[in-house]
This record gives sequence, structure tokens and C-alpha cells, in this order.
Amino acid sequence: MEATVFYILAAILLIGTLCAITARQAVRAIVYLVVSFFALALMFYLLGAPLIAAFEVIIYAGAIMVLFLFVIMMLELESPEKLPKPRFSDWWPALALVVVVVGALAVLLLSHVRAVPPGFTDIPVRQFAYTLFKQYGVAVEIVSMQLLFALVGALYLGRRK
Amino acid sequence: MSVPLSHILIVASLMFAMGLGCVIAWRANVIMMLIGIEIMLNAVMLTFVGGSAHWGIADGQLFSLMLMALTSAEVSLALAMVVYLHRRKQTVNTDRFDSMKG
Repeated sequence: MEATVFYILAAILLIGTLCAITARQAVRAIVYLVVSFFALALMFYLLGAPLIAAFEVIIYAGAIMVLFLFVIMMLELESPEKLPKPRFSDWWPALALVVVVVGALAVLLLSHVRAVPPGFTDIPVRQFAYTLFKQYGVAVEIVSMQLLFALVGALYLGRRK
Repeated sequence: MSVPLSHILIVASLMFAMGLGCVIAWRANVIMMLIGIEIMLNAVMLTFVGGSAHWGIADGQLFSLMLMALTSAEVSLALAMVVYLHRRKQTVNTDRFDSMKG
């Protein structure tokens, strides 16, 4: 049952991402991406990471994508037809890279990989919080400083002369 | 859940490849490039969470949390930069930003 849900979510994720990267307008790409991030959040939940799933919805789909939408609407871009669309000559290096990645994947799968037994263990939030604040407390401090620097930088870039 | 780890890795690497393709194909549009970077970072987060669930250690989930903090900082700075560039040249086309000041 859970496996079926996982594969459906994987399909939604990949199709949503594909629609996002081929969308003709940035706003549509953002909306497709929000859909695929919701699917990704549900996958995180299935993988036993409820906290990360909640953060994915709140921070990614809720905050970052809305920030993108705000900026796109604030910029009043000239009519979207004027922005250069990727032509086929723009797509082929990307397609070549995608083919390389998929080919590497196929080689890895076809070669005789040691079968890893399936099965996932849930990680309780208590263990997560314990590891976060006991073992990686310094990282939390560094991340908070990084967010402060980003705030100062954004204020500096956004100021009006 | 009875999904092998390799399937999660396949999904993540396909998503990463799509993000890479987005960055390369839309290299004339700053906003679509940023969206491609978001897609790639999310693929990496899926890998981290899958590994964390597979080995039963919380470190992977923790790294994806750090990645989220990093991404929010990066996106806020990058979008501030986009606004700044748009104020200077009235466009987000990267081909128009071809000169350095000073």
C-alpha cells in the first residue's frame, strides 16, 4: 500500500518537475513546482521524516516559492513573449547531460549491485532533536549567523539610493 | 515501507538531472536558473532523507534541514540580486549583463 503511494508520488514529482522546467512562463513553472514539492513532502513523510515534511511544506512550498512569485510579480517583466525561450540549440546540451546522468544510472542498475534489503526505520522527532542540538549545536549557530548575513545582504542589495 | 533504496535514488537522480537541464537550457533567464537550482537542491534533500531512513540515523534529516536553511538564505540573496539587476537594466536576461563596473 505504502509502496503504491510512493510510486504515485514519484510520478507526480517527476511529471510536475518536467512541466515546471518546460513551462513557457515563470509563474506557471512556480505553480508546477509547488505541486511537485507537495508530492516530495509526502514522500518525506512516507520515509519517516514528518518534521522535514512539515518544513518542506512550510518553508519551500509556503515561503520560498511565494517569494519567487512576489519577485516575479514585483518586477513587472515585459510581456513574457519577449523573454528568450530556449530554442532547440539551447536544449541539446541539457539533454546530453540528462542522457549522461540517466546512462550512468542505467549502468549502475544493470551491473550486479549487492542487493540492499528494503525497509526503512522511522526516526522519532525526539532522536532528531537530540542529534540536532546535542551533536550539531555548532551547526545551528552557524546557520543562524548565515541567515543573519543573508538578511543584511538582502537589505544592502535592496536599498534605494 | 517496502521500497528499495535504489528506487529513491533513481527518483532523486532523475530530478537532479531535470534541474541541471533547467539551469542549462534556460541560461538566458535568471529566474528559471534559480528554479533549476531549487530543483537540484530538493533532489539532494530526497537523497539525504532516503539514506537517513535506510540506515536509521537522524543525520541525513538534519542535513536536509541545514540545506533548507542554506536554500532560504541563498534564495533571498539571489532574488534581492535579481531585483537589483532588474532595477539597473530593466530585464532579467543574462545576456544583457555583459559588462563589469569599475
